[in-house]
Amino acid sequence: MIEMDDKSDFEPKIIGFLCNWCSYAGADLAGVSRFQYPANVRVIRVMCSSRIDPQFVLKALTEGADGVLIAGCHPGDCHYIEGNYRTRRRIAALDKILEKYGLSDRVFLEWVSASEGKRFAEVVTDITNKLKELGPNPHKARWEI
Amino acid sequence: MKIGVYVCECGTNISGTVDVADVAEYAKSLPNVAVSKYYKYMCSDPGQLLIKDDIKELGLTHVVVASCSPRMHEPTFRTVVEEAGMNAYCFEMANIREHCSWAHMHEKFKATEKAKDLVKMSVAKAALLEPLEKKQVPVTPAALVIGGGIAGIQTALEIAESGFKTYLVESTPSIGGRMAQLDKTFPTMDCSACILTPKMVDVARHPNIELLTYSEVTGIDGYIGNFTVTVKKKARYVDIEKCVGCGLCAEACRLKDRVDDEFNENLGKRSAIYVPFPQAVPLKYTIDPEKCIFLKTGKCGDSPPCVGACAADAINHQQEDEIIELDVGTIVVATGFDLYDPSQKPEYGYGKIKNVITGMEFERLVSASGPTEGHIEINGKEPEKVVFIQCVGSRDKEGNEYCSRVCCMYTAKHAHLVRDKIPGAEVIVYNTDVRAYGKGFEEFYVRVMDEGVKYLRRELDDQIEVVENGDKAIVKAEGHPDIEADLVVLATAIEQKKDIADISKVLKISRGADNFFLEIHPKLRPMDTATSGIFLGGCCQGPKDIPDTVAQASGAAAKATIPLAQGKIDLDPQTSFVIENNCAGCGLCVEACPYSAIELMDGKAEVNEALCRGCGLCSATCRSGAIQLKGLTDHQLISMIKSSLSEVF
Repeated sequence: MIEMDDKSDFEPKIIGFLCNWCSYAGADLAGVSRFQYPANVRVIRVMCSSRIDPQFVLKALTEGADGVLIAGCHPGDCHYIEGNYRTRRRIAALDKILEKYGLSDRVFLEWVSASEGKRFAEVVTDITNKLKELGPNPHKARWEI
Repeated sequence: MKIGVYVCECGTNISGTVDVADVAEYAKSLPNVAVSKYYKYMCSDPGQLLIKDDIKELGLTHVVVASCSPRMHEPTFRTVVEEAGMNAYCFEMANIREHCSWAHMHEKFKATEKAKDLVKMSVAKAALLEPLEKKQVPVTPAALVIGGGIAGIQTALEIAESGFKTYLVESTPSIGGRMAQLDKTFPTMDCSACILTPKMVDVARHPNIELLTYSEVTGIDGYIGNFTVTVKKKARYVDIEKCVGCGLCAEACRLKDRVDDEFNENLGKRSAIYVPFPQAVPLKYTIDPEKCIFLKTGKCGDSPPCVGACAADAINHQQEDEIIELDVGTIVVATGFDLYDPSQKPEYGYGKIKNVITGMEFERLVSASGPTEGHIEINGKEPEKVVFIQCVGSRDKEGNEYCSRVCCMYTAKHAHLVRDKIPGAEVIVYNTDVRAYGKGFEEFYVRVMDEGVKYLRRELDDQIEVVENGDKAIVKAEGHPDIEADLVVLATAIEQKKDIADISKVLKISRGADNFFLEIHPKLRPMDTATSGIFLGGCCQGPKDIPDTVAQASGAAAKATIPLAQGKIDLDPQTSFVIENNCAGCGLCVEACPYSAIELMDGKAEVNEALCRGCGLCSATCRSGAIQLKGLTDHQLISMIKSSLSEVF
């Protein structure tokens, strides 16, 4: 069992929802370019970020994820015309609920294009570090009963 | 249910970081997994055979392959399982290469743990995958080519030659593009117009090509095989059926020789009614609405002299833009490039010192059809000393980081032309590496040096400045003595079109960090975009010389012709579907769908599978989970979330 007392030992578990056309391809490019980043994200591929029902984010957090990353095409570049604008509005609405539970800091909405491999690596590094600072999802223990 | 898991070593690409034996062993412990193996290359013939044999012998119902990105090999493995009698959509892939072994090369333990999680998630999803049936739809046997430069011309001719109707849409009044502006072409010194204009004429004469010049694509709907394209035919204010191209109107125009001529890089003048250049195709006049006195003020003398001069009665100042719709099966984008504006870098003095010009301006100066009829002159005098500066706007960390690929050779061509036309002239080329990589390039570069052109090398970061000195310009390059020149020519970078944001919005295709359109695979699919049925030709994908442009354009033509020749295409069956019992008929999904693929029928939502593109927006919109996306249902996605979190690190 890994000692969790020291924050530096804590390895956050992050669920990453990536859209197929931009962010998943950007993550592929990060790999192809051998940009290194922490191994904390578990990627779920969706065709468009607009497929991400807010309930998936809540589900991930209640199941014990320490953070959730949602990444899609940059505004204006959506492969499906305007799906990412919907995503932006939905996540903004979801944030109101997350705030009440102190979980707002654990959900990240980012735009990563197919050519931004470096940016994907930076985003993951950045959110992993932030979550390490925050420590484990405080609701995890409660919901683990 | 029997799931087979196959973990790929990918040589050492995966196994160098991830313990594949451990991952395969772990997979055996997962629910429903009947067999789990690892192999050197799953995508190779023996690897594929391994999967096929297991499907047949063990009766596998689902297969998970843990290897590279599904964007790479998902189609390969879907075909493999299908050939062994399994449904292609009961296959799932775990990306343990791009997203794991390559991204965590120094963390072998963590990478292995992540790979196990990714396999676990894929197995959890696979268990819920159901067989899907592919559907076929007919393909409209026509193509659209956007852009009438050499790339678009080549593409249109080749698709048309294959026997398919081809629409060629060009935004300016004539096809020909940038190549029409060039004088000679390197390294063979062929006359650009001599090799281009016959092809332009071929386009105009081809029975399968419908040429739409002075027109813009304003909308694209539909999908591969069945695109509907909206084109705006801008008003020329000239009836092209009647215009015979005699030019009497331009002679009569009150603004004759007073309007900047963009074809001549504004070095010459034209009338407000014009053809861009004498060999224009079609040879039909166009009124420039920004310049024409009558169009701007409603009055031009007693009556516009152009109207009086036109014997064919072709001029119509009341003409309006026309919107038309085209049905096509495939689209090739060949929108070309623009050139870097060197006034962005004040140190070169461009725009302030008249002795400083760009390479394209030099091209017009040296062209027999240009404003000086091919006589190189600056301030009315033949220059005695000419300095060329390369990499202006290219290989610049603050500007365009890429190399524009053609400047070294066009500068060598220009240097040769100066020596050819002004035998005693002194020619100096400031270069920052000479890239003579193409066929005949090195030989040409050596020839130009042998002709007496002096090449001086600078480092990329070295300071360079051009200052005015009377009727001359002094080039001050770090590490070199100052040179007093009569003419300074800047080799400006190739850049993406300046109005690319508008074009991108219509096309919905991605651009790379360099702003050029992004091909789906840089090595193996250089003409394909992420949108099936839309292909790239020429410089819109990245800087190229003419042979490379033509080669890519031909490739794009071949690619665009394949679906037309097949006549039918498979639709992705991963579309939305409605669980009728759960549907309240609220209509939120109908409103949300960007493709109008959902309708309310008898109080329930109904999906038109031919129109559905599978984004899943409706599914996340539905309040009761009644509309779901095949292959990415709520149940399948939640099972992935749950399985990934079922254990801590």
